[in-house]
Amino acid sequence: MSITVEKSLDQREIFYRLVPQLLADDERLALVIAEIGAAYLEPHIAPEVRPRVVNVGIREQAMIGVAGGMALAGMRPIVHTFPPFLIERPFEQVKLDLGHQGVGAVLVSSGGSYGWPQGGETHFGQRDVALLDTLDGWTVHVPGHVDEVDWMLHSAVAGDDRVYIRLDGISNERPYAREVGFSVLQQGKSGTVVSVGPMTDRVLAAARGRDVTVLHASTIRPFDADTLRSTLTTPDVMLVEPYLAGISVLQVNRALAGMRTRVSGIGVEAGERRRYGTVREHDRANGLDVEGLTRAMDRFFEV
Amino acid sequence: MHTTYDELPHLLTLMTGDEKHSPSATSTLDVLWVLYSDILRVDTANPDDPDRDRFYLSKGHGPMAYYAVLGARGFLTSEELRTFGAYDSPLGSHPDRTLARGVDIGSGSLGHGLGLAAGTAVALRIQGRLAHVYVLIGDAELDEGSNMEAIQFAGRCELSNLTAIVIDNDSAGLGWPGGIASRFAVEGWSTSDVDGRDHDMLRRAFRGERGRAPHVVVAHVEKKEN
Repeated sequence: MSITVEKSLDQREIFYRLVPQLLADDERLALVIAEIGAAYLEPHIAPEVRPRVVNVGIREQAMIGVAGGMALAGMRPIVHTFPPFLIERPFEQVKLDLGHQGVGAVLVSSGGSYGWPQGGETHFGQRDVALLDTLDGWTVHVPGHVDEVDWMLHSAVAGDDRVYIRLDGISNERPYAREVGFSVLQQGKSGTVVSVGPMTDRVLAAARGRDVTVLHASTIRPFDADTLRSTLTTPDVMLVEPYLAGISVLQVNRALAGMRTRVSGIGVEAGERRRYGTVREHDRANGLDVEGLTRAMDRFFEV
Repeated sequence: MHTTYDELPHLLTLMTGDEKHSPSATSTLDVLWVLYSDILRVDTANPDDPDRDRFYLSKGHGPMAYYAVLGARGFLTSEELRTFGAYDSPLGSHPDRTLARGVDIGSGSLGHGLGLAAGTAVALRIQGRLAHVYVLIGDAELDEGSNMEAIQFAGRCELSNLTAIVIDNDSAGLGWPGGIASRFAVEGWSTSDVDGRDHDMLRRAFRGERGRAPHVVVAHVEKKEN
């Protein structure tokens, strides 16, 4: 990622900017945090919504448990921290205190897979979507642009279901999705690339001049099988996801059940890399920069 | 169905098929009976009333006493009790709130009820409701570290609408030197240590004035055999 001198806020800053207003607009909403974000949010919290901002301290099990208890009483909790502390550390609370109780919450993570590369493996978040895939009923939003964060949050807080919004430090130059479901950005006859969230600018760059369909997904669960099928030509499908590689291959297999297909899952490679450095260096190591994606498309589509 | 304490063994028999049940065979029966007879403001006709008191059975193991009391109070029928454990029964060896009427949380994995109860207590306070949240945990369940997070959080939040009941039958493998109540007291809870078989003492412990703190009732029962 190159840090440009844009005046616009990143996805996390937009979230911190939107939450106080959401709380003010709907007294059913509560924000549950575990210190992360408290300092950013503090100046923006009006006195009348302060009782609905619950900071449990660095207690992530309690964070999800408290959110589940609030949902049981009819409130709509928004829960926020970094992915490993939101999904991995309290995973059983996510499973039982929300899913098994039959209640929902809006979980909002920030940082993506390696948004703070110098933080290293303990703070990397590439496993989040894979873990949620083992549970029931989760909608997973992966915004590719700050404008998408806005509609995702508004639609999420209006419901009662289980929603995960995965904020990333990287964004596309423009929003490609205005609603749930895949957007068709390019149509071709030799295969399909499904690009998730902030991957799409670079996917388009790598796909330029190729006779392939490019679909953009800012919502990856539920998986929009209908659009994949209705736009399908040659049944060769490449997924480009900003989290653990290959996680949506099963979804493609289900969507195209009964067809002879080739599927390639590009994303963050499994295993501990044990490297710090920059986001750009990690993108390169995982083949998620334009050059890496170009090589992957050369191999996959031009055999 | 209006049932007396002496008829509970019959309801237990519906689930187990065993002829004889003494109330002392289940560590939680007396606490549950007192709560559902004299303390909880719940309405069989309106089990989802947002203003009802909540009872969260965190210690989901051995729930037959719970089901028997829910049966005695009319939330569950004798027919349902007879299905206990069957494939399509609403009643399993761990309760599921989405299946069993009157059950406020699903439990089984230890250490989840106190966090949920604290969250509900916070929500009820935000909503301005007077309802009270009771959560029952076991002394061995207290081993789970998640309880400590919830105890600390509830204490700091002064959740006076929250009462935890710890059934202490001395079953924690590594024990609790210095007693269980002290773990709550140091985090700002008010505490009662009572005989978990003495209904009068239990009633008094639940009704006591507790100020601005959450309250814990440590209910001591005979040590588990086996």
